[in-house]
Amino acid sequence: MSKITIPVRKFDAVIVGAGGAGLRAAIQLSEAGLKTAVLSKVFPTRSHTVAAQGGVSASLGNSEEDHWHWHMYDTVKGSDWLGDQDAIEYMCRKAPEAVVELEHFGMPFDRTDEGKIYQRPFGGHMSNFGEKPVRRACAAADRTGHAMLHALYQRNVRANTQFFVEWMALDLIRDAEGQVLGVIALEMETGDVVAFHAKATIFATGGAGRIYYSSTNAFINTGDGLGMAARAGIALEDMEFWQFHPTGVAGAGVLITEGVRGEGGILRNSDNERFMERYAPNAKDLASRDVVSRAMVTEINEGRGCGPHKDFVLLDITHLDPATIMKRLPGIREISIQFAGIDPIKAPIPVVPTCHYQMGGIPTNYHGQAVNPDGSTVKGFYAAGECACASVHGANRLGTNSLLDLLVFGKSSGDSVVEAIKADPKDLKELPADFAERTLARLNRLNTQKGGASVNETRLEMQRTMQKHCGVFRFKDMLVEGVSKICDIEKAVHLTEIGDKSQTWNTARVEALELDNLIEVAKSTMVSAEARKESRGAHVRDDAPDTAANPNGRDDEIWLKHSLWHREGNRLSYKPVNLKPLSVETIALKTRAY
Amino acid sequence: MEAGAELNRLRWRCTRRAMLEMDILLGSFLDKHYAGLTPEQAAVFVALADMEDLELWPLITGKRECENSVQAEVVTMLRNVKVK
Repeated sequence: MSKITIPVRKFDAVIVGAGGAGLRAAIQLSEAGLKTAVLSKVFPTRSHTVAAQGGVSASLGNSEEDHWHWHMYDTVKGSDWLGDQDAIEYMCRKAPEAVVELEHFGMPFDRTDEGKIYQRPFGGHMSNFGEKPVRRACAAADRTGHAMLHALYQRNVRANTQFFVEWMALDLIRDAEGQVLGVIALEMETGDVVAFHAKATIFATGGAGRIYYSSTNAFINTGDGLGMAARAGIALEDMEFWQFHPTGVAGAGVLITEGVRGEGGILRNSDNERFMERYAPNAKDLASRDVVSRAMVTEINEGRGCGPHKDFVLLDITHLDPATIMKRLPGIREISIQFAGIDPIKAPIPVVPTCHYQMGGIPTNYHGQAVNPDGSTVKGFYAAGECACASVHGANRLGTNSLLDLLVFGKSSGDSVVEAIKADPKDLKELPADFAERTLARLNRLNTQKGGASVNETRLEMQRTMQKHCGVFRFKDMLVEGVSKICDIEKAVHLTEIGDKSQTWNTARVEALELDNLIEVAKSTMVSAEARKESRGAHVRDDAPDTAANPNGRDDEIWLKHSLWHREGNRLSYKPVNLKPLSVETIALKTRAY
Repeated sequence: MEAGAELNRLRWRCTRRAMLEMDILLGSFLDKHYAGLTPEQAAVFVALADMEDLELWPLITGKRECENSVQAEVVTMLRNVKVK
């Protein structure tokens, strides 16, 4: 049988994803004169980085005294000590430089009267190792992510980065020695499948929040990088850790800010009871995110949810003066009318805890190099941003560290590529003869499948299963059942059928290919969560409660380690957390309390 | 480009956007109303879908004024689209 061949394009480096991390990495490569291709499913300034509105943290100390070491402490504590302290030190030390560089790229930061970058307080940002709040978040009004993307994109245009817009990467190319030699990608407009042969490949594909039924993530966040990495035999790290927000609009996922409860919003169950009084008698509805989320799930699980399926609770502001709502919460009223069909002046808003951010991902070191379970690097492969796990967020991300992560590790991954290519300027390594076989077989299967499952229904079943069995509050039996359910759903994913077989702009095909990636993320999440029999950060289990021996249910003796999920065999291994920073003393284990 | 492909391209640009709010809103509009638009309205919708989310949202919420009466018609329909 003759080999089917596909066109091959050659580059020094290929970057998949053109959000903040991909664009930041691309600047390093293009400005170093490397021939760089950036592939993106959408036009770069439409990446989900736009949704990051809060700001980017850096200990500039513009408003009051601050220090990177304090920022590091807050990040380690936020991570519930699962973050690697070398990577966290690196990120926090680099933060001021990263922000100033961005300013030089044209980022319109808010300023103080003296013309310095204005900094505002943010949850979890403290001075002097947790003593009192400090102003560390730098922002451009409420459009920080948007402004950042534009500044980075313009800089790339100047550096002649070559963009391939509305292309979807399908698979990594790896040779017998495990070296990554590029990606295979699909051009949506033509349906052409092309190999991007490169000395280095950087994944900056963002998160995969669409594995959940209720998610604040845009539809684009389908974990393409994680799916590709898993299929290429790269283990995924700490996938059980997902940050949830307590109040997403039920059904839609659109975020309702904490400010609503700050203005006097009350959570109610189907008995119209203000249930937070039972869970947090003092703070009530203003208790921390995790406490509120767990209380909401408990109400729903115990049958006091609202609506025909009893699957949400209500956020009530009808007792507030309509003038206050119009003045203080106009945006929320618009969102509620638009996405819940409810005017919150007249009726309460249906809400559920909603998936927001993925802490785990492709294992990397702080140089942005992908690492194998034994600590060696995967030659030719790099990752940065939400798809990567450096690991700086550990079990829970500190607010505003997501934008910092993509700036710092976008740059360090780019620098690593530049150095590697300079050190070894040889020609491209030859592609294996069968490099496109698996991808073409997958496409061919999809084109010829008869009597298979619907992509939409299968995705929905996966999302409902993740939400029910592996949500913000986790239960042993539900997790065990969830593993078996998600494996059944995986079988359907491998048999999806599409009606449209056309070449040009076949979005049905692209959605089926996205589902191939989502299911890998869903499996890795469910399996890792079922196995981790403690509570830590965002992973909270009913059977690992707060005790004197294990405060907050955290069990450092057994579980102070990173999970690594291997697609082959659907199994886990573990690796130690790096508790040794680069230059300072270890931030010693402590109970995480705010 | 064939009509089916063109519609698919528009669907992609309506449902793979920066923000979830816009994915939902434009996707729902496309399913429910696009087929019934006049050619003039359809052209306006395509132009709106080409805008960035943070430019489009103020139009939908009425914080920014529409440029002309056809745009205002389409924006009103967008604002009233039932997403549930």
